[in-house]
Order: sequence, then structure tokens, then C-alpha cells
Amino acid sequence: MSVKDLIRFDNFSFKYNSRNDKVLEDINLNIKKNEITVLAGPTGCGKSTLLRAIVGLIPNMYEGEYTGEVTVDGIRIRDAEIKEIAKRVGFVFQNPENQIFMFSVERDIAFGLENLSLEQEIIKNRIEETMKTLNITHLAKKAPHELSDGQKQRTALAGVLAMEPKILILDEPTSLLDPKTATEFMELMNKLCKEREMSIIIVEHRLDLVLKYADRLIVLSNGKVISNDTPENVFDYKKEVIPELSVPFSTKLYRELAKNSMKFSKPVTGVEEMIKEVKK
Amino acid sequence: MIKFEDVSYNHPDGTNALNDINLEIPENSITAIVGNNGAGKTTLVKHINGLLKPTTGTVSIKNNNTKESSVAELSRDVGMVFQNANHQLFADTVENEILFGLNNFGFSEEFIKERYEFVIELFNLRKYENISPLKLSGGEKKRVCLASVLAWNPGILILDEPTVGQDELQKTVLLEFIDQLNKNNKTVIVISHDIEFLWRLQPNIVTMSEGRIIQIGSPEKIFRNKELMEKVGIVPPQIIKIFEGIGIKDKTPLSLEDSCKVIRELRNH
Repeated sequence: MSVKDLIRFDNFSFKYNSRNDKVLEDINLNIKKNEITVLAGPTGCGKSTLLRAIVGLIPNMYEGEYTGEVTVDGIRIRDAEIKEIAKRVGFVFQNPENQIFMFSVERDIAFGLENLSLEQEIIKNRIEETMKTLNITHLAKKAPHELSDGQKQRTALAGVLAMEPKILILDEPTSLLDPKTATEFMELMNKLCKEREMSIIIVEHRLDLVLKYADRLIVLSNGKVISNDTPENVFDYKKEVIPELSVPFSTKLYRELAKNSMKFSKPVTGVEEMIKEVKK
Repeated sequence: MIKFEDVSYNHPDGTNALNDINLEIPENSITAIVGNNGAGKTTLVKHINGLLKPTTGTVSIKNNNTKESSVAELSRDVGMVFQNANHQLFADTVENEILFGLNNFGFSEEFIKERYEFVIELFNLRKYENISPLKLSGGEKKRVCLASVLAWNPGILILDEPTVGQDELQKTVLLEFIDQLNKNNKTVIVISHDIEFLWRLQPNIVTMSEGRIIQIGSPEKIFRNKELMEKVGIVPPQIIKIFEGIGIKDKTPLSLEDSCKVIRELRNH
């Protein structure tokens, strides 16, 4: 295991007791420090199961047949207590309303920290620092129902970030945000990843908004990893792409033009690169 | 025709959510409502199926004032698929979820069977018929909601963020289906942040901010107006950015095929 690997899946398979087939089969993955990984694939391909296996909900909450190993920051998930995992992995749900439950933003951020039995002074500092990072200090006393969707998203993120996790998991973080707020959110994630040396895993269908920030793209299909590489390499025109994947328009255009013998210096995954290539 | 005349709406706590809304949505049209979070998009469409009644002004559907009709009467004609599937699903199986509306509106057995079979195939839900909809993934739940509403074939269909959690194939099915509905004289209203999807759909676009309508126009017109987009919190689709970036300032190609053609011609010159 490389020291840089924060998450490892070794020959991991899982079958829920309530279903007849394996949801994930023979998964081998390693996710590094300081990287943004985007996880994509058709609905029902096993993305949520993979996330549950990282945060320990599998096998702690969901019963089933568990084979192989999942290791997070050096601990074997299968034997670990949820509390130990929660110190390392933060999870932000798709709908922040499922996550915010205290009567003010400040109290919501404090909740997780108090559960870690930290000293009051440390808790206070962490809350202030996190609110400052996410630009929500002015919302400290607001109740959840007074917040806009973008502010709710930031509050849910703040509660998780204050715990200083090494790994941050975001489930479709931009789906409820308007495109401008979504872009700002992704810029912030990019900054946090580099500054705090975190590993961020984003599950997302709308690749057009997130690919620009991704160091790595993992594609799951029918419970198997079918791609695991840089976005450029995944979308190289010589490679097959499953039709369920929402490939950004700039990449579709590149693939189509390259297949019809237009020359590109490298595979295109964004608007700016496409403009540069055409203007050459 | 759906008509909003001088509509404003205040929430029960007094906060203002809609202001001075004047809007006509013609029958058999496709309209998209876009704008930043909290702009009033969902509040606006809830006036169409009568879930909300205006504080001042009138909303009418085919010349009938919504204040004079019940939600039950309106919902036969106005189907709405909510953004959050969990707010909509309640039955014990996917089959019963889809049959609920059909049975409630008192259709003939033959019609119910025909519509049920149609939507279950269309949305690829056959294998889930006997499963609780709440056990499905986010994207699958959304498909059950769509199927349940489309089953009773309402004349006006409102879709709040229909592409959330949907993969590319499902989005294409949705596009084709909206197109087909439109050809069958249905009025479709979509609320969406998915700008790439809207470019493919090419609807009439209503932009909103802070409870007001800012501008109405074609995707080309709206997505090329930088000042407007900043105000309503949207960004242009990649196709607009690419063609503006390479100096094509007038008409943006509509499809991938046309885009390739334009770029090849540009390269050959």
C-alpha cells in the first residue's frame, strides 16, 4: 500500500441480503491524498453502495455478503467502529435538508464537534474558522429554514468540514444548485482539496460542471469499475464510452471530430481546451 | 392557455415570493423556467395546479380562474412531478404508485391497463413493479414519479428538475418523450438548472430572479446575454461558449452534427 493511498478496495464484492445479485463485484481501487475523484455511472450501477462501504455503513448498517477488504486511512472498515471512521471521512448528502437539524447554523456545526468530546475552546475556534472558510459567518444565528439552497449546502458542508476529515464525500453536490452557485461551490472544493490536503470524492451525473476539477474519473457500470484514469485518458477518442455517461459537450465534439481525422494535441475535456485546439 | 395577470404571492408569514408576474404560456408549447435558487420558480408553477392561490392578481387555465377550482379538479389537467421524489412517493409498490392516480380519476379498466403498460415500458420500470419505490435509487425514484403522473395523460405537465440523478440515456428518453408529448398537443413546463439539457430541448425560456420575471426568449437569445445570466445565476451551455470563443457570434449550431460541420469548414478555410 502506497503511503499516499487514503482509500483502498482490494477484491471487494458486496451483495445485499435483500437482493439476489452482487451490487459490487471484485472492486480494486486506490484513492490518493490531495486528489479530486469523480465517480460516475448509470443509475443503479453501485455508486451509493461504494460510498456506503467507505463510510462504514456497509457492513455496520446494511447486512449482506462482504468479501475482500476496504481500507480507509490505514483502518480496516470491516473491523472499525463508525466513530473511528467518522473522524476520517465526512459525507455531504445530496439534499442538505437531510443533514441540517439544529436550530441555528452555529449549533449545527457544533453538534459533530461536541460528539467528539473536544474542549470548548477548540470547538469555538473550529466553528469560527469553518464559517470563515465557507463565507457563512453572517449566517451563524440563522435557522435552517431561513437559508437559501446554496447556504444550506454550505451549512451541511461546514458541519462536516469542522470535523477536519481527511476524506470528503459529496453525493451529487451541485444537483440542487443553480449553475453559478454550483461553479462557485466547485471552485471552493478545489481550493479546500489543495489547502487541506484532503481527498475529495464526488458522485456526479453532470460532468460538464465537475470534470474541470477532477484529477481522476472512475466509471462504474453493473457493479464493476470500467474506467479509472485521468478524464483525458478516459475520454480519449480511441476508447469506448458507455452511452449512459453524460459526457460534456466539448468532449463529445472532440471525440466526434477526432474520429473523423481532425488532429488534436490531447483529448479535450473542457471548453477552453476546445477553443484553443480549433484556433490552432 | 395558462395566464398570469399581475400576480403576486406572499407566504403565510408575510414574506413576498412573487411580484408583478405577467405571463402567457400558450397551449402545446414547451417552456423552461430558469433562475437562481430562491427566485420563485417552484412557487410560480404551484399556482398552475392550484397548490397555491395568488395573494393578488389572477391565474387562469383555459380561461378558468384557479381560485374557483379545487386542486383535485385542476390536477386532472395539470400533472406535476416534484423535485424531491420522496415528497411524492407513498405506495407500497411501484405498480400501486402508478395505478393510484389512474384509479382515482375513475378511468375505464381498459384505459388504465393500456396507460400502465405504456409508462412501465417507457421508463424501464418492469423489473421494479413489485418493489417499494422507496427502496430504489434516486434516479429510479424520479422515473417512478414521472411514470405515475404521465400515466393519466394530463394536458399540462410540470416537471421540476426532471434530470436530477438521471444518466444520459434517461435524459435522452426524457427529451424524446417531451417532444412526443408536445406533438400530441400537450403543454410542457420544465424547471431546470441543467442548461445542457435545456439547449437540447430548445424551449421558450422564462428567466426569474427575486420573485420577478426578468426576460423571456429563445435559448440563443437568453444564453448570449451575459448580464442577464449573471443576474439570474445561470451559465451558458458549453456549445455557446465554444462557438463564441472561436468567433462565431451569430447563429450557434443546434446539434453535435452541425457543430462538427461548422468546425470542419472553419478548419478548411
